[in-house]
Amino acid sequence: MAYDKFQILKSTAVPLPIENVDTDQIIPARFLKATERVGFGDNLFRDWRYNPDNSPKEQFVLNNPIYKGKILVGGRNFGSGSSREHAAWAVYDYGFRCVVSSFFADIFRGNCLNIGVLPVQVSAGFLDKIFKAVEANPETEIEINLSTQTITILASGEKESFDINDYKKENMLNGYDDIDYLTKMTTEIKAFAKTRPF
Amino acid sequence: MSTTLFDKVWDAHVIRKIKDGPDVFFIDRHLIHEVTSPVAFLGLKSRNNTVLYPERTFATADHNTPTINQHLPVEDPLSVNQLKALEENAAEWGISHWGLGHQKNGIVHVVGPENGITLPGATIVCGDSHTSTHGAFGAIAFGIGTSEVEMVLSSQCIMQPKPQKMRINVNGKLGLGVTPKDVALFIISQLTTSGATGYFVEYAGDVFRNMTMEGRMTVCNLSIEMGARGGIIAPDQKTFDYVKGRLYAPKGADWDKAMTYWETLSTDDDAVFDKEFTFDGSAIEPMITYGTNPGMGTGISNNIPNAEEVEGGIDSYKKSLNYMGFAEGDTMIGKKVDYVFIGSCTNGRIEDFRAFASIVKGRKKAENITAWLVPGSHVVEADIKKEGLLDIFTEAGFALREPGCSACLAMNDDKVPVGKLAVSTSNRNFEGRQGPGSRTILASPLVAAATAVTGVLTDPRTLL
Repeated sequence: MAYDKFQILKSTAVPLPIENVDTDQIIPARFLKATERVGFGDNLFRDWRYNPDNSPKEQFVLNNPIYKGKILVGGRNFGSGSSREHAAWAVYDYGFRCVVSSFFADIFRGNCLNIGVLPVQVSAGFLDKIFKAVEANPETEIEINLSTQTITILASGEKESFDINDYKKENMLNGYDDIDYLTKMTTEIKAFAKTRPF
Repeated sequence: MSTTLFDKVWDAHVIRKIKDGPDVFFIDRHLIHEVTSPVAFLGLKSRNNTVLYPERTFATADHNTPTINQHLPVEDPLSVNQLKALEENAAEWGISHWGLGHQKNGIVHVVGPENGITLPGATIVCGDSHTSTHGAFGAIAFGIGTSEVEMVLSSQCIMQPKPQKMRINVNGKLGLGVTPKDVALFIISQLTTSGATGYFVEYAGDVFRNMTMEGRMTVCNLSIEMGARGGIIAPDQKTFDYVKGRLYAPKGADWDKAMTYWETLSTDDDAVFDKEFTFDGSAIEPMITYGTNPGMGTGISNNIPNAEEVEGGIDSYKKSLNYMGFAEGDTMIGKKVDYVFIGSCTNGRIEDFRAFASIVKGRKKAENITAWLVPGSHVVEADIKKEGLLDIFTEAGFALREPGCSACLAMNDDKVPVGKLAVSTSNRNFEGRQGPGSRTILASPLVAAATAVTGVLTDPRTLL
């Protein structure tokens, strides 16, 4: 079930300049009842996106047709709280392939990397530049180049580099995942397991 | 070289270190529940993999179960599907399964310690962020995503970069009415909801040494609420006494061998942490939260801070208060409350119900309060009855429900209605966490009890 390769992504972006966006907002618990990984995008940001009668909340960014694209840009400490991978699935299923923020919660970041969504952490200053550029012109394109580890606001050429470890980078460039790696290690794992006291 | 407790346990579980990458990390014990495991089993099948060590995985149903009438068929068809998937997957692969109605059933982080699944020096993971609870025993325990659940099923390993190390020292004598929950909420309020992201936290100092195992579990449970992957407390005689004789704990010669190892599990005197904080325990008050993340907490007698006084963006802070219907400078004590919830993996153990009983005894539930008392497991439920706490609750106008995660995340029918204000002993006050539009104040079982009998947010010290 390894995922699509991620190499260069050029897209407009959807801005969500809110801090501490927790995974309960990304996908509320009542939508975690599926036993298959399908349809989570419909409930992405459910309670920010829809009224209790299921009518769309017009002021929410996902309901504003001028903002679209494969890049979600969120405020600081994005993805905190629950470990639910469903949050990353919802982001992916909606159509995002990259989340940009100035700080990510650990588990959400790991979950994204495990399903092929690239979390790009930028400086607070650069995040602000993106928000301003997208706000001024929603057609602003952003390019994320995983090979060179750079994110560029194309209109202005402003650029920043981002971190990712070599192992994960290779995985994402090639569409491999950790299970591909681990299942080749079974002999070594079994030998190790024999040494465990409990 | 001097090392920390965390290093000792972590390093003992690394099978391979990948250059500029994660460690291949062996998992001793794996807990699964009905919500985050079904897709992992599907993945396993689609790749034609098998469960490598079924005896190292333990299944219990908790997140999505009703807390009344558990003897009747579950009504929600989607919940039924998840419960059935857990049961069938466990049966297919030979994994122990404590489903709904089983006498060992309960919240995953309550039944793990109860049954000796949780051991010092072990690595424990579960598809649930509050897996940090088990760190109370000197284990490395943390929450994982479903892809990682599949990794553990198929290889008993996950791939993790080693977190940085933080130590939080709290010394001094805790004041009247100050519980482990208050200590944890205090620390989170100081560090903020992201202050420990990237770190694994060791809790040290006499406040934690003096805590019971259940208190330590409450503290470690909440580590994730400041972003930490987990928390850990060095095991001591209390830990060993708690573990000894439990179902899955080592026995006989294995116990002696384990003890020899466990006694080495502490941080060396001159070991260095990447970050260290020290707080005075005697300065901590009973705590409450006033916003929409657990870092937005303060002593119960304080007013809500102004946006300028807190770290982080003013807009997000104001959005949060706006959701709560509170204003900067508001007094919290005396706010009218609609719901009280005691339970969850944070505060759903017997000591929590004893604390709750200590205040409601001889008093009556306030008329405006709907109260949900949800034990963390059937063992806790049985203890409540055995110790006579149920009689106290009944006399005071409270009913006891059956075990489960319940209103902590409101996946089942235990939902706080739109706009209603709840005082909850659980772990998250996020928007809508306890039901769409619900508003949550996090607090200790004592604050919850004091509020339940007065109908307004109440300082428990006035009733002790």
